[in-house]
Amino acid sequence: MEQQLWIIPALPLAGFLVNGLLGRRLPKAAVTAVAITSVALSFLWVLKTVTGLMPLDAAYVERYFDWIRVGSLRIGCDLMMDRLTAVMVLVVTGVGLLIHIYAAGYMAHDTGYARFFAYLNLFMFFMLTLVLAANYLLMFVGWEGVGLCSYLLIGFWFLRKSATNAGNKAFIVNRVGDFGFSLAIFLLVINFNTLDFGEVFAKLSGWPVENTVGTLTLVGLLLLLGATGKSAQVPLYVWLPDAMEGPTPVSALIHAATMVTAGVYMVARTAPLYLKAPMALEMVALIGLVTAFFAATIGLVQNDIKKVFAYSTVSQLGYMFLGVGTGAFAAGIFHLVTHAFFKALLFLGAGSVIHALSGEQDLRIMGGLRKKTPWTFWTLACASVSIAGVPFTAGFFSKDEILVAAYHHAPWMYWVGTLAAGMTAFYVFRAFFLAFFGEYRGEGHPHESPAVMTLPLAALALLSLAGGFIPVPGWLEPLFGAPSAHHNPVLVAVSVSFGLAGIFLAWLFYVARPELPGALATRFSGIYRTVLNKYYVDEIYNAAIVKPVVEGSRSLLWKGIDVELIDASVNGIAARARGVGDMLRRMQSGYIRNYAAWVLLGAVVLMLAIGGTR
Amino acid sequence: MPTSVAEEYFPVVLQVLVAMAIAGGMIAASALLGHRVRNPVKDQPYECGIQPEGSPRERFSVKFYLVAMIFILLDIETVFLYPWAVVYRELRLFAFFEMLVFVVLILSGFFYIWKKGALAWSMEEKPREKQ
Amino acid sequence: MPANFVPPSGVEYIRVLPEIILAAVATLIMVLEPLTPAPRKRALGYLALAGFAGALAGAAAAGWRTGPAFSGMLEVDGFATFFRLLVILAGLLVTLVSFPYLRREEAESGEYYALLLYSVAGQTIMVSAADLIVLFIGLEISSIASYVLAGYMRREKLANEAAAKYFLLGSFATAFLLYGIALIYGATGTTRLNGIAQVLSDPRMAPAGILTGTAVALMLVGFAFKISAAPFQVWAPDVYQGAPSPVAAFLAAGPKAAAFAVLLRVFMTAFAPLTGRWLAIMWSLSLLTMIVGNFAALLQTNIKRLLAYSSIAHAGYVLVAVTAHSEEGVQAAMFYLTVYVFMNIGAFAVVAYFSRKGERYVEIEDLAGLGVRQPVLAALFAVILLSLIGVPPTAGFLGKFYIFQAAVKADLLWLTVLGLLNSAVAAYYYLRLIVIMYMKEPGDSLLELPGMAVSTRAALWTSAAAVVVLGLFPALIR
Repeated sequence: MEQQLWIIPALPLAGFLVNGLLGRRLPKAAVTAVAITSVALSFLWVLKTVTGLMPLDAAYVERYFDWIRVGSLRIGCDLMMDRLTAVMVLVVTGVGLLIHIYAAGYMAHDTGYARFFAYLNLFMFFMLTLVLAANYLLMFVGWEGVGLCSYLLIGFWFLRKSATNAGNKAFIVNRVGDFGFSLAIFLLVINFNTLDFGEVFAKLSGWPVENTVGTLTLVGLLLLLGATGKSAQVPLYVWLPDAMEGPTPVSALIHAATMVTAGVYMVARTAPLYLKAPMALEMVALIGLVTAFFAATIGLVQNDIKKVFAYSTVSQLGYMFLGVGTGAFAAGIFHLVTHAFFKALLFLGAGSVIHALSGEQDLRIMGGLRKKTPWTFWTLACASVSIAGVPFTAGFFSKDEILVAAYHHAPWMYWVGTLAAGMTAFYVFRAFFLAFFGEYRGEGHPHESPAVMTLPLAALALLSLAGGFIPVPGWLEPLFGAPSAHHNPVLVAVSVSFGLAGIFLAWLFYVARPELPGALATRFSGIYRTVLNKYYVDEIYNAAIVKPVVEGSRSLLWKGIDVELIDASVNGIAARARGVGDMLRRMQSGYIRNYAAWVLLGAVVLMLAIGGTR
Repeated sequence: MPTSVAEEYFPVVLQVLVAMAIAGGMIAASALLGHRVRNPVKDQPYECGIQPEGSPRERFSVKFYLVAMIFILLDIETVFLYPWAVVYRELRLFAFFEMLVFVVLILSGFFYIWKKGALAWSMEEKPREKQ
Repeated sequence: MPANFVPPSGVEYIRVLPEIILAAVATLIMVLEPLTPAPRKRALGYLALAGFAGALAGAAAAGWRTGPAFSGMLEVDGFATFFRLLVILAGLLVTLVSFPYLRREEAESGEYYALLLYSVAGQTIMVSAADLIVLFIGLEISSIASYVLAGYMRREKLANEAAAKYFLLGSFATAFLLYGIALIYGATGTTRLNGIAQVLSDPRMAPAGILTGTAVALMLVGFAFKISAAPFQVWAPDVYQGAPSPVAAFLAAGPKAAAFAVLLRVFMTAFAPLTGRWLAIMWSLSLLTMIVGNFAALLQTNIKRLLAYSSIAHAGYVLVAVTAHSEEGVQAAMFYLTVYVFMNIGAFAVVAYFSRKGERYVEIEDLAGLGVRQPVLAALFAVILLSLIGVPPTAGFLGKFYIFQAAVKADLLWLTVLGLLNSAVAAYYYLRLIVIMYMKEPGDSLLELPGMAVSTRAALWTSAAAVVVLGLFPALIR
């Protein structure tokens, strides 16, 4: 108990309570101070805890109280800290802190300032609960909590219909995933009679494989279903691009750096189980690969700067799934960390651009911002080279680890992944060039963002460049074992050259020969249109799932069963009941002589009934 | 020894029947045997003597009823004094205190009606009839 | 008799401490009443409040020294103590509700409080009686005081009618009870409850079946009238509607709980040997009572009448527990009656406050918009209504749960099913109040709604809190 882990989530919760309850009455400076300080203190407490627990070879668990105790099943309110958790809490509080600072500038003129920070702090609380939880149920609490905050923040500007729709979409799509997660939890309770991570995995190692393989595969697949919802993987990725309706700091924090990686964290956390269920793990890799490739192609042609990065996020999350799915858990988590740096930076940079252009998000009417917003330009350049995998940047190291692991798992996966990496480089630099090079195509007066926004950008830029030297895989080795695959210079060279080729193509298309993209688009208009419309996935989902459900509910369940059957029968019964009531009311004449007659009649009946029996 | 309910209660039923027969018989006999004279003088309340004045349904002041009721209540309660007096010697001090409590209760009631003006006959003597 | 007479010992006086306190304070108030000028009548109310508080302490002290008193005429056991505390508490809460009501109606006087105290004293005697004669005396003390209370607003037509009906029908029913007592004395030669049970269970001494059966039936008529079980419920709606709201609250709480206590005691002890003969009748009474109460309530437009029928229906539920004739059933009935006392006083407290001078606003429609204008009051009322429906986690739910659990264990499956169906019907008329409170536009009835007096508020909060707390921690009184 000496580390008091509970303080880590409790601090943002306190911030939420203060800002949520009193925020409207507090001055803006106080709201800012409360929000940022609570996260900063939480970050410091994390540092203190992690250093205090060094070398953290075994999981450190704090048990507070029994939450649920039914028969022999005990579910505690327990928090734990091991090396994986340490990585996660450092990323969440560290990146979270930078984004909080940035948001103070970005949201400065918004009327819902206090509400925004209250939600953001609440999100931090749930996210930290999620990663610190020592059992699946508490993790699920955090899981649902971040989902709620995500919903609230996507729909933050709730006067915009599109924002509330996006919030609803995110929430409903995530429900599908949560359904899988909850089923997995039920299965775990049935089979292991515990939800504690340590206990589940301990029981796991003792069990003969042949007895449990079916169940474990099912659990793994159901957990994966949960992960695809939260981490926006195929087929449940559709909510994330729409989620860009939220304020940009939200996109950076929740929909790039932290919440969406919860699925990856969960799979990595469940590694011992997945290792016993190879089919489920294979499925993780496949889903990841498909998502990485598929989302990258969509990203190629998007015109909204945030949409580009959103599809990039989906694609990069696919990489992480590919990593953990091929057994390279450490590599997946490593990519999670570096991605948190450069993708948060990309979003914050995009936010800075949008801020500079007073809300404009369309790449086609940007351009030439290099001179006008130099800080943003340079920091975004750092993020872009990092995600493109230019050697010795953060993205290079982590992506490389994943691709090597994929090659050793199945070479074709490596090739698909590498192709996706090339596309990634292309679309990121496409956005970069469109925004910063050429002539300004809009009509506003772009201006650089204030220091409160550019300083976090600079910090993240540093991390994006040098973050690769943080020895995350080595740190995680005691948990996941040493990587089976060693670095292969040829493979590295190939993937790097794909990335560089992507950058070159982007330069060719959007700086050197700007007329080329239009020509290509007309040449391959069929494909172009399909990709531009995101393969019509939303339309297909609408036609195949949403519409039948809505229509079916309306015509069959509502008008048919509810109105015709249930309402009608209930109304019928009600009418009968009123009839009885009316009859009884007539009995109540108000005359004492009638009442006395009733009493007498009752007495006679009673006397006959009781007196007459033996 | 009677064996059934009917047998057990037979004497009672018989007694009821006899009582009813006697009462009915007397009414019937007077109706059948008596001979009637009907004229206005016969129908007067007083066949001879004072001439009736006004309606016989005279209204009495409600005060009569009030006083009568209070009288009956206090009178009935004093009835308890008789058995008490009979067993007083055996019960000794206990009986004394019990009766003391009883009398105090009655006197509180008496005090109440007195102060409330229930015993006052005319309006002037009731200082706080209406509150 | 006097030869072997032993004067009561000191501990026996402790066992009747609540009765002594209640009667003494009531008499004191009667003596002080003519001496107190009109503006200071409230002081007598405070005295009554102190009397109730003292009686509560007295009942607790008596419960500490359980045992018989006065040659076994009274039996102060756990059961008696429980009900003594309950009826005294009911009296206390009603006094709190009465303060602002009487002031508003300009009808404050010592007699009101004295009658309340006397009535409660009668009830405490009833619940601790071990002898039919004592039981009858207690019942009469309680009843006569409540007849007068029902007609307390003697210038109101409805109150006069209510009092007259209550008195005439009540006397009528009491006559049945007395007749039953006489017959049972004739049959068994005793009026002691355990003595009766002894005679009835001994086959050598058993009197004629027709005699005992008739006696049981006659006594049941008397009790059924007091608990307003159908078909002896006819008086209740008219009386509750006509009586002042605090008095209606009292009638549905104290006398009813006490009558149930004696019903339980008499039928579970004295008439236990005859269970086979009265069980079917109890079954029918409970079902009929539930049906009459719930279905007639559906069409009511007057809140007080609605609550009257609701009170009838709840008596039906408790009768289900009586029909279970088991230890569990008795416990369930005790729990339910406690909860009901709170729910009922809370609901009538709202009516007493809301109705305004002369009880002008007592239609259900008058509540429209209360949820907007008086959110706290409406929320408390809603809690009480939800408990009356029996929605978890309120105590009303647990009460029904315990009752029907006892019924199921006693193999009363049909009664359970029908009872549950009945409580579904009940949900309709309670929910209607909530709907009107929250979903209708405020009308004229909410103009000039004064603030709620502190004492009414105390009673309402106590009731609502009790309903919630007992729902969460039933072990407090079980």
